[in-house]
This record gives sequence, C-alpha cells and structure tokens, in this order.
Amino acid sequence: MALLDVQDLVIDIPTAGGVLHAVSEVSFTVERGETLAIVGESGSGKSLTSLAIMDLLPRVAQRRATRLNFDGADLLTIPARQMRKLRGSRMAMIFQEPMTSLNPAYTIGNQLTEALRCHDDVGAEAARARAIELLERVGIAGAERRLLQYPHQLSGGLRQRVMIAMALMCKPDLIIADEPTTALDVTIQAQILRLLAELKKELNMAMILITHDLGVVARVADKVAVMYAGAVVERGSARAVFKAPSHPYTRGLLNCIPVPGRTAPGAPLGAIRGQVPNLIGRLAGCAFRNRCDFAAPECAGEMHFETPTPGHDVRCVRLAAQKAVA
Amino acid sequence: MLAYTMQRLIVALSVAFTVSVVAFFLLHLSGDIAISIAGPESTPAQVEQIRHQFGLDRPLVVQYLDWLWKAVHFDFGNSFYFRDTVVSLIASRIGVTLTLGAISLLLSLVVAVPLGVLAAVYNGTIIDRLALSFSVIGQAIPTFCLGLGLIIVFSVTLRWLPVSGASTWKHFILPSIALGWYAVPAVMRLSRNGMLEVLSADYIRTARAKGVAPAVVIFKHALRNAIIPVVALAAVQFGFMLGGSIVIEAVFSMHGLGYLAWEAIARNDFPVVQAVVLILATIYVGLTFLADVANAFLDPRIRLA
Amino acid sequence: MTDAMPTMMTSAGGDKPFDAPPPRQSPFANFLRRGRRHGGLLLGASILLVIVVAALAAPLIAPHDPYAQNLAQRLIPPIWHPKGTWDHVLGTDKLGRDYFSRLLFGARISLLIGLLTVAISGTIGTLLGICAGYFGGRVDAALSYVITTRLALPVVLVALASAALVGGSLQGVIIVLGLLLWDRFAVVTRSATQQIARADYVAAAQAIGCSTSRILFSEILPNILNALIVVATLEMAHAILLEAALSFLGLGVQPPLPSWGLMIAEGKQYMFFSPWMIGVPAVALVFLVLAINLVGDGVRDVTAPENRT
Repeated sequence: MALLDVQDLVIDIPTAGGVLHAVSEVSFTVERGETLAIVGESGSGKSLTSLAIMDLLPRVAQRRATRLNFDGADLLTIPARQMRKLRGSRMAMIFQEPMTSLNPAYTIGNQLTEALRCHDDVGAEAARARAIELLERVGIAGAERRLLQYPHQLSGGLRQRVMIAMALMCKPDLIIADEPTTALDVTIQAQILRLLAELKKELNMAMILITHDLGVVARVADKVAVMYAGAVVERGSARAVFKAPSHPYTRGLLNCIPVPGRTAPGAPLGAIRGQVPNLIGRLAGCAFRNRCDFAAPECAGEMHFETPTPGHDVRCVRLAAQKAVA
Repeated sequence: MLAYTMQRLIVALSVAFTVSVVAFFLLHLSGDIAISIAGPESTPAQVEQIRHQFGLDRPLVVQYLDWLWKAVHFDFGNSFYFRDTVVSLIASRIGVTLTLGAISLLLSLVVAVPLGVLAAVYNGTIIDRLALSFSVIGQAIPTFCLGLGLIIVFSVTLRWLPVSGASTWKHFILPSIALGWYAVPAVMRLSRNGMLEVLSADYIRTARAKGVAPAVVIFKHALRNAIIPVVALAAVQFGFMLGGSIVIEAVFSMHGLGYLAWEAIARNDFPVVQAVVLILATIYVGLTFLADVANAFLDPRIRLA
Repeated sequence: MTDAMPTMMTSAGGDKPFDAPPPRQSPFANFLRRGRRHGGLLLGASILLVIVVAALAAPLIAPHDPYAQNLAQRLIPPIWHPKGTWDHVLGTDKLGRDYFSRLLFGARISLLIGLLTVAISGTIGTLLGICAGYFGGRVDAALSYVITTRLALPVVLVALASAALVGGSLQGVIIVLGLLLWDRFAVVTRSATQQIARADYVAAAQAIGCSTSRILFSEILPNILNALIVVATLEMAHAILLEAALSFLGLGVQPPLPSWGLMIAEGKQYMFFSPWMIGVPAVALVFLVLAINLVGDGVRDVTAPENRT
C-alpha cells in the first residue's frame, strides 16, 4: 500500500468573481522511501496541493477528493486533533521562504524543541540534545550557540537548514518540501538539495518535492507529476518522463532549459507562447489548448489520461496526432 | 539596545523641553494675565501693581527661563487661588489621577485585547462583526455621557455604588469604566489588525505544520508578535487618559489632578495650570519613551541590533 | 481579502476561451456601486442627512424660540413620560425653554464646530504633511518632531485653558480646536504623499519642469483626497466630542447658546429626578458622532478596501 494516496483532489476558492478552480482532479501516489517531484509554474496549484495534504489550506479554500490516504489513515474524515498529531510528527513540511517562516520572537532552540515536545513526551534536555544533533546533521557549525540565537541573526541558507532540521525532529515518514531552494542563492541551492537527498535516503523517508526547476527534478526525483493550471498533465517515473516527454506542455518546459550536451551552443531556448488561463469559472477540456501547437476541436471536450507506456500517464487526447507531426 | 535607548531618551528630553516652551507661551500669549488676576473691576494702577508683583513686567524669555529653572527644581511657585504651593497641591492630587488612569488602562486592556484577538481569530464571522460594531458604537459615546449614564444606572437607580468622591475603592469603579471605555475601540482594533496580519504570516503556517495546538499557535506564536504595537498604544492611551481624566474627575467630583486643573483654569490660577500641563506632558513623554524601550525589549530584532 | 482576488486574477487576461474582460467603470460610479452595498455607510449617511436637514431647517421646524424662557413651564418632562405634553415634545429645561427646539439649534452648533474646526485643522495638517512627505529629509524630521510635541500636549487640558483665555465663545472654541487637532491630518497626508511622490506621474511632472507648488497641489493633493476625506470625517467627530466636553465643563460655548454639551451640563443637577435632561442631548450627540464615524469608516472601506481596519 502506498504511503500517500491522493485521488481526484479538488481545491475550489470562492471569490467575488466566481469560483476559482485552483486544483482539479489531481491524483498521485507516493511510496515509502520514494521522491515525487511536482513540477509546474507559479499558480499551477502545486503548493496548494501540498497544503491540502497537510490540511493547512487557507480557510476560504475548499478541499474535496475521492481518496486522501496517509499510511492507511483517511485524511478526509480524520478528526482535526488526530490530523494535528500527524502533522509535524509523521508528515513534515519545509517552506519556500526561510526568511519569514521562522517566528522572529523566539530562539531557534525554542522553535526546534517545540516541534518535538508538542508530539512526544520528552524532557527539555532530551529535546535540546536532539536539536543539537539535527543542527549538526544539516551542517550547522556551533549548534549549541545557534540554539540561543534568533532567526534574524541567521542567513537565509542557515535558516533553511534550521527549517529542515525542524521538519526532521520527529523522524517523519513523509516530508513535503515546497520550493525549498527558490529563495536562496544559487550556490546554496545545490547544497540544500544535496542535503535533502542524503537525508531522505539515510532516514528512508518519502519526499514530495515541489519545484518549477526541472534540473532539480532530474537529479533527485523517482517520480514526476507535471501540473498545469491546477491539473496534472503528465506523470510517471522520472526516467520515462524525461526520456519521452509526451505532453506538449512538458516538452515546452524542457525546451526552456539548456541541457549540457544536448542543447547546441547558441541555439535559441524555447518559450511557451501565450498565458496561463484564468481559473475562475468552469473550465472544460484541456487548459493548455490555447497555447498548444497541436490543439484541435476535440481538446475542448472531455479529458482523460493516455498511457503511452506502463506507469507513464499523459492527459492529452492528441497523442497520436503529435506522433504523426513528429 | 543601549544606543537605541540613548537616542530615544534624547528625543524624549527635547520634546519635554519643547512642551515646556509651548505650555508657558500658550498661556502668556493668549491674554493679559495681570488683568485676569486683577479681575474685571480693577483699576489700571492695580493691574500695574500686580504685573510688577508677579514679575510679569519682565521680558517673556526671562520669565520663561526663571519658570523653567524653578520647575526643574520642582518649584512651580504659589497658587494664586489655593493659598498653597503648586507642588504640594499637585502632590496631594496626583495620586487619585494616577490610580484612576492605571485602573482604567488595565480595564480597557483586559477587555480590548481578548476582544481583538477573538475578532481576528474568528475573522469575518458574526463574532468579528459584533466586535467591530461594538468598537464603532463605543467610539461615539463621549466619556462624560457614559459617566453620567453609569451614575444614573448604578448609583441613582440601583444604588450599588457611590455617586462621587474618591475615598474608597468603590468610588473608582464607575470612573474607571467610563475613562477606560475611551481606549477600548482603539486598542481592540489594533490588537485585531495586528493579529490578522500575524496570523497570515509564514511562521504561523510553520507552527501549524509542526502540529502545534491551536491555542499555542494563537497565544505563543501570534499574540507575542501582535502585542508589540499594542504596548506602545497602551502607553499612549495611558497618557491620553491622564489628560482626559479632567472630564471624568469633573463628572464624579474626584479631586485629582484634572479636577485641580479645572478649578485652576476657571479661576485664572496660571501657575497651577502651567504646572499641570507640563507634568502631564512630561508623563506622556516619559511613557512613550518607556514604550519605545519596551518595544525594543519585546522585539529581538531591535533588542539585539 | 476576497475582494482583492478578482483583480489579482484578471491580470492573466487575453485569451478568449477562458477570459471575460473585467467590467470597467468610472471611479465615482464604482464608489456608488460599492457604497450602495455598504450597510454602515448607508446607515451613517442616512442619520447624518436627517441631522443636517434638521439643523438647516431648525427655524422652520422648531415649535418654539430656543431662547424663550417661560418660568411657568419649567421642567416639563418629555412626551413618553406620563406628565408630558405635545406642546413640548421633549419637555422644557429649568428656564422653561423648549428642549426640542434647543436640540435642533444645538445641532447647528455641533455641525458648525465640526466643519469649521476641520477646515482650519485640515488646512494646517495637510500643508505640513504634504511638505514633509514630499520634501522628506530635514523637513520631514522637523515635522515629525512637531507632531510628537503636539501629541505630548494633553488636548482637553490645553483646549480648556486656551478656550478660557480666549474667553469661552463659539469662535474661540473653533479656533482653539482648529489649532490643536491637525496632527492626524499631518500624519496621514505625510505617509500618503510619501507613497505618491514616488509614482511615475509625479516623476513625469518633475521631468517636464512643473513648479513644485503645481506638483504638490495638482498632482499630489487630488490623489490623497480619499484619505483626507476619511480623516476629515473622523476629526469632525473628534471636534464635536471635544466641544461637548469643553462646554460640559463650562469653559467652551457659553450660555444661553444651546450647545448639546452645555445642555448636558445644565441637566446634571437634575439627573436624580429628570435623567432625560441628560439623556436627550446625550443620545443626540451619540447619534451624530456615530453617523459621522460610520460615514468615515464606510468611505475608507469603499475607496480603499485594502486599508480596512
């Protein structure tokens, strides 16, 4: 049984102008020890999807699904108190903005030990020892001294390491990292990613990595789900998706990044024309069709997944036509 | 922190100095004090004699410096009316006003902060709307009307509490409610808005993602940050209450500083008026200075800067 | 929160199968459209309208001369009281003057105080604030210092002392309050100007060589008008409350003028047996201040939803 099983997740946000369909019918599974990368541009619903799993959506957002199971527990019907016990202990999250994700009023030590002490009945000394151990593990020198410091005294990279340590305090089974490197310097991005990948392997955790950076995905992910305008348009093993990207959007994304050895020097990088559609109101058909080279009348009809190879799903009704053109 | 404190202290001192200038010249430029003292039926010769007797024929700057020099040494001269030194008059009255102000502030904080937190936590619900309506209506009720209303209901009709005076703790209940009322809408709105802002902060999401209990999220993580501006406002409001207590003291006949000032103004007793204005303004300046320091202490970003 | 969302989302516009163009309207039409749905604004505006009409038409409506004494008809209670008479709907005061007529003429005093005070304080505060916000630097530092000093002065006390010296009169109260209550105008104008001074159209005006005063008064002032209207309403309420307090203490508007604060003060000695003598003018005062505050809050909500408090 999969550790996390998400079937037909829908997130609606009522606005004055109509209902915003932020996420529509998203499905994926994550096994123990596996890394799933959710890829998409900002506004594609990938962050909301992760918040929906943690039950941390803003109050206005409405969540629905046909299945949302975590290690056999039904997250759709679980009481709030039980859910809170899962959060932070069995499923943890690392956020995008290390600069603002730590409480400015409390020391690092206070915030780290709180993560452990609100779940496990451990003493202050034991919690402190665990915090020091983890700070050292995420590569922070002088951990004991850091415990007494406040967030504003740390750099962005250090703060993100603290966030990672905080997420690991209770040895979670699943860790969700929402663009953990976006706000950091490029040199630090690589370090943080390597650290996450190492820790995941070492602790045999499952990880959902949310990113818009396909380069990152290629390095760390076992599975990929590409999201566009609130829907998964392609999913499968990282190997299959990178080898044979089958949705026009995925291919568009891949054309936007230079690949050493494959992109000719000086060759123009691709760009996807047009803009992401407004998600307010009812959307029928493929949301990408207004930007797609292969668009045809049937793209406005009912959508479903095609399976070009086993374990590789593409939400496109024009696969055959695409092949013909290629 | 020390540099910050010193900087605030210098500002506070210079504001206090400026206020002393304003307090002095305001009264001296608004009318001829000698005529006011002598009364409407006095002869020009009597006026001249009073002018000389009180040193009012000297240049204004000399009079000011003389007054300031004595004021710094806690000598505000003699009252024209009360046959006593201004300092001993103030010393005998200030206790009532400070007690009244402190109780009022406490009352208003105890009501307003929880109400603001509640409104923010239940933002957009009926609770929020009730709290906001309460603050809008509260703002429209003048303190002296509320004071009179409380007297009519609790003293005259129900006979639970005394009508006027300041001799027992019971005498302070109604005036404190009336005076504290004034600060409730402002404190409530600031707590509510501060909490709303903080509750949408990333670190609140982090706390929830850790699985921290909702009450801990609200009181440990959110309120601690939202309360910082409220501390500053509370200090300012305390200053306003001391200044505004003149109305409440008049309504309840409490012989505090405000009542003293009221009597002194009505009788052209300028040394008393000047001294009370200066003292209240200095207390206000001191309070805002303390609030700045308290803010810096509460916010590690300033404390450790 | 929810109001802000559609504007955020429409920025993606342009693609026909998905996007309907957002409806465009003039700012004033927008104001009316959103204002109509704002309950508080409507309620406030209605109460205010009634009070203003009553004040303007006081000589026509008032059943009696508000100053005419009739010692034979002293302390008649209002109509809801068993001893009330229709001739004096709200009763008479200790000198036998008709309470309802005095109340109507009192509304004129309160409104006059509110309007004129705000005219004076608004002019002072706006001028100071605009200069501080636009020029910044030392001008700004100096103004901030002046505001701090002003806030340190106990308003009620200083107003009382000055009003007493000026010789308690309507004009005196207006001038004293006008010279005291400019602080919020200055604070708000200053920060609003700071924001606008960085806007492109100001830079454009500077680039084509407009004079500073032209930039201040024809580029910046119109753009901070919304904020100013809000402050003006709230300060009007503040001034009305202060006048009532000063008159209540006997050092503001002098008898026999029918200031509501003065009526409450005169009623105080009868509060044990005739609490309505305080209640009637107090309720009028509360309604007026409430109405003005509701209008101010409403205008702020409707013109700048993001600044809602």
